[in-house]
Parts: sequence; structure tokens; C-alpha cells
Amino acid sequence: MNFKSITIFLLIVAIVGFISYSAIFGVNLGKYEITPAKENMKLGLDLEGGVFVVLEAQTDAQGAELEKKMEQAKAIIRQRVDGLGVAEPNIVLEGKKRIRIELPGVKNAQDAIDIIGKTAQLQFIDPKGNVVVTGKNIKRSEVTYQLNREKGREEPVVALEFDKEGTKKFAEATRELIKNANSKDRIIYIVLDDEVISSPVVSGTITDGKAVITGGFTVEKASKLATLIRAGALPVEMKEIQTSVIGPTLGLTSLDKSIYAAKIGLILIFLFMLIYYRIPGLIADLGLTIYILLVLGAMIYLDATLTLPGIAGLILSIGMAVDANVVIFERIKEEIRAGKTLRAAVDSGFKRALRTVIDANVTTFIAGVVLFKFGTGPIKGFAVTLLIGLVASMVTAVFITKYLLKLTIKMNITKNTKLYGA
Amino acid sequence: MNIIRNRNKFFLISLTIIVVGLVMAIVSGLNFGIDFTGGTLLQIDFGKKIPVSEIREITDQFDKNASILHAGDNKEQVIIKTTLDLDNKDRLEIFNKFKEKYNLDDEAFVQSQKFGPSIGGEIRTKALLSVIIATIGMLIYITFRFEFKFGISAIIALIHDVLIALSVYAIFKVPVNSSFVAAILTIVGYSINDTIVVFDRIRENIKIMKKDKYEEIVNKSISQTIVRSINTSFTTLLAIVVLYIFGVEAIKDFALPLIVGIIAGTYSSIFIASPIWYLLKTRVSDRNNYNPNRV
Repeated sequence: MNFKSITIFLLIVAIVGFISYSAIFGVNLGKYEITPAKENMKLGLDLEGGVFVVLEAQTDAQGAELEKKMEQAKAIIRQRVDGLGVAEPNIVLEGKKRIRIELPGVKNAQDAIDIIGKTAQLQFIDPKGNVVVTGKNIKRSEVTYQLNREKGREEPVVALEFDKEGTKKFAEATRELIKNANSKDRIIYIVLDDEVISSPVVSGTITDGKAVITGGFTVEKASKLATLIRAGALPVEMKEIQTSVIGPTLGLTSLDKSIYAAKIGLILIFLFMLIYYRIPGLIADLGLTIYILLVLGAMIYLDATLTLPGIAGLILSIGMAVDANVVIFERIKEEIRAGKTLRAAVDSGFKRALRTVIDANVTTFIAGVVLFKFGTGPIKGFAVTLLIGLVASMVTAVFITKYLLKLTIKMNITKNTKLYGA
Repeated sequence: MNIIRNRNKFFLISLTIIVVGLVMAIVSGLNFGIDFTGGTLLQIDFGKKIPVSEIREITDQFDKNASILHAGDNKEQVIIKTTLDLDNKDRLEIFNKFKEKYNLDDEAFVQSQKFGPSIGGEIRTKALLSVIIATIGMLIYITFRFEFKFGISAIIALIHDVLIALSVYAIFKVPVNSSFVAAILTIVGYSINDTIVVFDRIRENIKIMKKDKYEEIVNKSISQTIVRSINTSFTTLLAIVVLYIFGVEAIKDFALPLIVGIIAGTYSSIFIASPIWYLLKTRVSDRNNYNPNRV
């Protein structure tokens, strides 16, 4: 018996136990608080519930022109989404013509899709029904203050600025409208999605492309109108080509069921390793626990999103981690059978098994990298967890299992090779 | 067990499954999910089991061919799948009809998904491309670490595993959807991982057993690694089977091909990859320099 080694071993068990406990339940140590891993993990839409929509631009534009339009469309969609008040929206360009919008935790999903997907354009229409300018002609739309002479105080107004084409068209239209005596015939209706959002009366010919909409606005109303005008200026029609709405209950059920399944799966693996390999099995279980902590830690640190396929990827990488242990232990068994002492068997077994483990994992790693590079959405999530898992499994197999195994041999509790699975 | 001598039996077993699968796939087609064909999925929670015929009363107004499945622990949910491209307005209209008839609240709309027809084609192209790139990458690595013939044999075993997985999809009509792609790629990774361990042992034994024939080397290498192959597959299967039993629908779609792939991967690394390597090795040495000890 070697008490120093036993103390170190027990200390490691205690530390791993403590970290596992705090990862599962969280710990509160006065000033320091460790929240459970589950709460720190960024969850994908399929686990948290929410909406994603992929919109495709209906345009023949290419190259720089398309790029510009897409950037513009993205900015406008961001504005629309901001209006929804979603905590962490994710809006990305996918490929050249697509925009992917992810809205975690959105409750009234259908409304959200409606607002985001609105493809109709903003139009300025004269009383005869002619379209004067459209949203794409608007360069600027914002709230400013202007003196109201009647009331004698500053009042919020919406200031607009048109582009070159818009300036010309707007000048022509206002020149015509101002000829009408009746103020009703001088109205320009601002229409968004067949809905009149403002109906200012033209008070003069506007030739410089800078118009101001007045009308006794409150700051709130003015900024809403300014935003609507900005948001209506979608430069290209967007079509909804892919949608996914996951209700919050489904997401929660998926997460709970997966965690439950993962727990049972892990317990079975732990039991199998313990029964089949005995002392090394116990070491493997300890190593696997450290492995899982490493993976969870890495995922939280890298801010990786956990998705349903991601959970499957995690479980698969646990399988790979077990594989590394199995390869090593089988090798050690062979060495013991060949008549080597325990210590020598562990050393040479490790050395020989290591090459196999590295070759096997590198090939899987190549597949994982390809998945990450070419996959989208959930497949990417799967690849990330698989890659993190592979790296972590190498680290545990190469360093941790080896160290622990040598430590147990040093502890000198038993020389019975049967307890080492032989 | 003399695996090399019985190699033709093992080839035949695999070939039979693959041929049956391919014939099934050609005759009745694969059961493509809506993310491959384009279409719409709606899942509604009724709180109790509703007969399919009642659901049809409403869905028939939209699509007479819509497929209707029960889901949830007590079959209280219904999944409606249609190949129609229903936009947000249509989806809401359908839900509202159910909502009115069964007095549901908004929360009952568990999920809805829509895939445009172009998405499926893209997923397929991308999947095929990823498999090819991953395969080439692995072939290069194995050639670099081992030799080209090991690489080729590993890739054949890998194609074997993918074909077996596809056959199971065809025979059991398992839906082919986007998680299927991730599953196939995982099988590719697993298959190689498993095969490498056996090849690694063959490579090692070639150096030790200089006087022996390839047949003996391969047989011995397999018998030395078979416990590890089985134990590894067993533990990985444990985790995935549990996930299949307790997981939600989306996970089940993913877990099933993995289960099949892992079994096929283990089988092929023992009974397919090594015999193929043996064939490649002996044929060439037959032709180039005849060595009576090595055949």
C-alpha cells in the first residue's frame, strides 16, 4: 500500500465529484456561485423553442449588385425583428441569395413570420392611385424636430430624403398636386402592405428630395412611422422557402427526454466498463466523467449551441471516448497475458494502443471537419459537438486515463491481474 | 474462425442485403421526408387521441394525400405532412380550423415546418459532396499513414456501410430527411474508425510475422482485435439504443440509421475490409513477384 498515491487518487475523485455535482445542481459558496451547466448552455431552437425562417431573394441580380441588395435586405429585416423585441435574434446570409432568421423563444411564432416575411413594398400613392415613389427610392427616414408656428413649440416630425430618381418623381408629383385647391386632393398616401400608415397633405412643391411629414406626432408615433418607412424599403422581394416553428413545450420535452436518455445510456456504459474491465473500468469511468465535464466546459466556453443532433453527436463521441479506453485496455490485457508485469504491461500497452487511437480519431476528425464546413444549421451543431468530443476524448485517453492507471498501480492495493481484466 | 477462407460467404451476405435494398429502393422508392421533397409539416397537440378520420375531414380540404401520424406519449398529438408548399397564411388557416373545432388554445400548435422544393435538391447535392470530400480526405490520410491498398479497402468497407444503411431505409421505409445526412456522415466516420484499428494490427503483425502468409496474418489480426471491436460497438450501441428508446421523434430518425450503421461498420471492419485488403494484396503479388510463402 502506498498512502501518498491513495491520497492523490482520493483527492482526484473528490475534485471530480465536486465539479460534477456543481455542473448538475450548481453550488452556492457565499460570494461564488456556480450555476448548473444546463443553464449556461446556449440551446438551439429545437431545444428551446422558437422560429427560424429562410427567405430567398427573388431577383436575377448578381455579383456586387446582389450583395448590396442582400446586405440592405438583411439590415431591414433586422429592423423588423428588433421591433419584435426578441432577446437574441440571429440573422445571417446563407449562400448568396438567402437570409436565415432565427428567433429563439418567440411565442407568437406565426405573427413573427408574418412581420419578417412581409415582402410587399412601401409605396407613396397620390389620390388618383398612381404610385409616386416606392420604398427603394428612400435614402433616409428619421425623426427630427421642427417648429410648429401655430402652437409655437418644437414638435417631432419625420424627415425623409429621396434618392436621385425619387427626388425627380416626387418633385413632379408635388408640382401637380399643389395645383389642386381642395386639400383632400393634395394628399400623398404612404402605404405599407396595403395599409395606409400616414396620409400627409402636400403643402408645396418639393424639388430637393427632402420632405417632412408633420401631423402633431408624439415622439413615439413619429419614430414608429420613421421605422416603418425604413423597414418597408425592402430592395427585393423575399420568398419564404423554409420555416420551422418549434413550440416551447416541444423544445423542453426534447431536451428533458434527451438528458434522461443520455443519463441512462451513460450509466449502462459505466456499468459495462466496470464489470468487464474492473479496476481499469473504474479508471475509465472516472476518465469518462472528466471527459464529459471537459466537453460541457468547452461548449460553454466556446459558446457553442447545443441542438438535438448535437446531443446525438455528444453521445456518439462518448462512444468514441470509450473506444479509446477499450483499445488501450485490450492491449494491456494482451501484454499481461504475454507475461509482463502490470507496470510494464500498462506502459507498453499504452504506447502501442496510442498509435491506433490517434489514427482512428484523426480519420473521424476529417469527417467532422467536412461536416462542419459543408453542413448548415443542425448538421453544423452536430459537427461541432463531435469535434469537441473527439479532441476531449484524445486528451482524456492520452493523459488522464494513463495517469490514473499508473497511479492505481502505484497504490499497490492488489497484484491480482484478474482485477485488471486479464 | 478463418475469415479469409470464408470471405465469399461474408461478401454474399452483404451483397444480398444491398441488392434487396437497392431493388426495394428502385421498385418502391425511398421514403423521402419533406425536407427532401419540399412540403409542410404541422404538429398539433389535441390533449387526447383524435382518430385519423376526423383529422382527415379538415386536411382533405387542403390535400387528400396528406400523411397523418400520431405522436406524443399518449398519442395525443398529430403530425400532418403534406408535399404542398403551404405558406404561413395557409398553415395558420389549417390550425385555426382545428382550433375552432376542438377548442384549442394557441399553445397547441406544437410545431410547423416548411421546406421549399429547391431545398431538398440542395441538401442532397451537399450531402453527396460532403461524403465525397470526406472520403478523399480520409483516403489521403490512410495512404499517408499506411498504404494505398489499406485506404482503398477501408473506403470499400465504408461504401458498404453506407449502402447497408440505405438498404435498411429502403426495406423498412424509414423517412429520409436532413438528419439522415448527418447520420450517414457519422457512419462514414465510425466505419473508418473501426476499420483502422484492425488495419493497424495487420500492419503491426506484418512486421512480426515475417514468415507467415497474409491469410494467417489477417486472421490473427482480426482475432486479436475482435473483442475490442465488439466491446466498442456494444457500448456505443448502448448509448444510441437508449437514445432511440427514450428520444423524441427527431432523435429517433437520427438514432436508427446510426444503430444500423454501427452494426454494419463493425461487421464490415471484420468481414469485409480485411478480406478485401487480402485480395488486393495477394492479387498484385501474384502478378508481380510470385512468393509462395505469402499467398
